[in-house]
Amino acid sequence: MLKKRLIPVLLLKNGLLVRSELFHIHQIIGNPVHEAERFNHWNVDELIYLDISQTDEYDLRRDDGKVKGLNHPLAILEEVSKTCFMPLTWGGRIKSVEDMSARISRGADKITVNSEAVHHPELIRDGAKVFGSQAIVLSIDIYRHASGRTEVYIDGGKTPTGLNPVDWAKSGEAMGAGEILIQSVQLDGVATGYDLDLIRKISSAVMIPVIACSGVGRFEDYAAGIQAGASAVAAANIWHFKELADRLGKKALVKAGVNVRM
Amino acid sequence: MITDIGIIDYGMGNLRSVANGFESLGATTRVLKTPSQLSSVSHIVLPGVGAFGDGMKNLNAGGWVESLTEEVIRKGKPFLGLCLGMQLLATTGTEYGNHDGLNWIPGTVLRLQSTDSTIRIPHIGWNDVEIVQTEGLYAGQSKPMTFYFVHSYVFQPTSTDVITGICEHGVKFVASVQQNNVHATQFHPEKSQKAGLALLKNFLAIKA
Repeated sequence: MLKKRLIPVLLLKNGLLVRSELFHIHQIIGNPVHEAERFNHWNVDELIYLDISQTDEYDLRRDDGKVKGLNHPLAILEEVSKTCFMPLTWGGRIKSVEDMSARISRGADKITVNSEAVHHPELIRDGAKVFGSQAIVLSIDIYRHASGRTEVYIDGGKTPTGLNPVDWAKSGEAMGAGEILIQSVQLDGVATGYDLDLIRKISSAVMIPVIACSGVGRFEDYAAGIQAGASAVAAANIWHFKELADRLGKKALVKAGVNVRM
Repeated sequence: MITDIGIIDYGMGNLRSVANGFESLGATTRVLKTPSQLSSVSHIVLPGVGAFGDGMKNLNAGGWVESLTEEVIRKGKPFLGLCLGMQLLATTGTEYGNHDGLNWIPGTVLRLQSTDSTIRIPHIGWNDVEIVQTEGLYAGQSKPMTFYFVHSYVFQPTSTDVITGICEHGVKFVASVQQNNVHATQFHPEKSQKAGLALLKNFLAIKA
């Protein structure tokens, strides 16, 4: 039987790993290559790397000097893929099929599209045609208004689009996306649990797998995401700030009766 | 002797991860750009991500089919097909219309179908494989192993004798096959952590 996946998300900003809160507070936490290597040693299910840089500057001043200078995200990807014997998804700043190709040829198995797909939805179709649907993950950042209404935001959670998240997920599926990654702007880094209502609505609206992200504060939060319909549960901060994040996360899922790979 | 793995570059899929997997096990790898290079390697790998029709079209356009058949079928060089590289061994593919395959292992490639609405397609993620032949790729293994899958179509060989592993996603389907020196998996051993690397290691140990 197909197992539910547990996925660490690494955020890359200007060449350094960061933890994120509310999509705009970014605290430097480490070296992008070493962290991926550590997750590989832990035998994790899969890895998602998101380049959230807004500019082309790469700052490695805080690095410990033990790795060679990596002054470009593609060089980082190339290095990461050498020690990554698990599926690797790479996202952020992907605007064309050429951008996808540059990442897939350097070892990414899947790429995510987000803002650019809202501007030009045919990017999903064009990518799926060249690399197959399984390689195209539609990443959706969602803002929940005070009224409870949800809306798709782009440009790193800054720009409202007027799109309804469920409708957008369905059009993304129709255009050829193979998976949907959902993130909640307000729940980013606040550790209060997933937006379960959102996960439930999107998971029941599409047939393709949904990866839930944003809000995990305790290992127990994962199971609720699966019960709401997600095929995979992802998180970022908890992987950096808790010990044995993979084993304990998996144990919490097993305890809740979820079939995972141990 | 160091095993020299030739990975066929026919414009389909992630060659880098396949090369990384074998290199981590101490093998040397070469990405093959033209069919004439096939004779110089000890083992041949046909990776592949994408649609059946495009895969065959690219193999034909690159002139691969004849040289591959010569090296693998006539000379018996160890061969490993991965994902689409397994499906292309079939007689016919049915993805976006009917297409002729290599026809090395008679059979058809069909869409994975389930009446169960909780079964999502594509089949993406880790699933258990029941091992039905413990030689070749599965040497030294007997218990079910967990591998990473990502596909919507499955290979249904005419003869059940070639089946080496079985998986289930709504329905049971063929996870791996072997016919003489031709080995193939529907899953991605290069993306299946330690379990997958164990299979690649077994492939390296197969002598021509």
